[in-house]
Amino acid sequence: MGEKSSAKSGKGFGIFVTFCVMFLFWLLLSGILDPIHVGAGIICSLIIAFVSHDLLVTQKWDKMLRKSGRFIIYVVWELWQILLANFDVAYRVLHPKMPIDPSVIEFDTSLRSDLAIVTLANSITLTPGTITINIDQEKGRFQVHAIAQKPADALLVDKTMQEKVAKVFMEE
Amino acid sequence: MVELIEMILLPIVVLFLAAGVFFMLAGAIGLLRLPDFYTRLHATGKCDTLGEVLIIFGLLIYHVYYYSPGAELSVQLVPVKLLFLICFIFFANPTATHAIMKAAYNTGVKPWKKGDRRM
Repeated sequence: MGEKSSAKSGKGFGIFVTFCVMFLFWLLLSGILDPIHVGAGIICSLIIAFVSHDLLVTQKWDKMLRKSGRFIIYVVWELWQILLANFDVAYRVLHPKMPIDPSVIEFDTSLRSDLAIVTLANSITLTPGTITINIDQEKGRFQVHAIAQKPADALLVDKTMQEKVAKVFMEE
Repeated sequence: MVELIEMILLPIVVLFLAAGVFFMLAGAIGLLRLPDFYTRLHATGKCDTLGEVLIIFGLLIYHVYYYSPGAELSVQLVPVKLLFLICFIFFANPTATHAIMKAAYNTGVKPWKKGDRRM
């Protein structure tokens, strides 16, 4: 995943960023500022930063920043979709006749990277009437259970969500 | 002034809690009414996520208004922890739903089709 050229110069930077994130997390969770607790936090954050900095910082900094910016915009859209999903499910469940017509569908995407696929899979699960069943990462093939025909068409025909995720991770 | 804030704030908190309870209830009813394993996961996987998040958010607003002013740092940090909780629910819930779904599909639980007898 990491780019070889940036890995060399970016290693110290990656450790530093990971350390900052971990230490901030520690401070927010503990809220006690005496030397023992802060010292323990610094030591733990350093160990974690050395061992696992390559999990957090995988790419060049500016690239990741731009991705995070687009990701936040996507999350806002996703939250709205989640709200719609819940009204949809509540409607189907509480309706006396239960308008459901479940089916299992398959579709291919151009997404390959771990993060992009996880994002799309979780988005599918959270949005109206669809849950991810299986993913073939090499082919980018998703197997999805849809509760009715309309949400299935949203993934098969409209493909709004796939395009949005692809845009966030720039894998067109 | 204080009364005015309370008059606006408390209904908002109650609204969040009520909406959360409504979605949790819808999820529970769905668990009972829907015909098979997969459709039941639709109800629990989605409604529980939003229901929990709405309830936590209502409590967060309540906490910020009633406990935070003039409190110790550890008390003031409680809303931050609640925010982390919301984030983790949004990651963990769909992942767990997907894991259960995949396990069921791979072990050969048949999806219910329209017109089938209820199981």
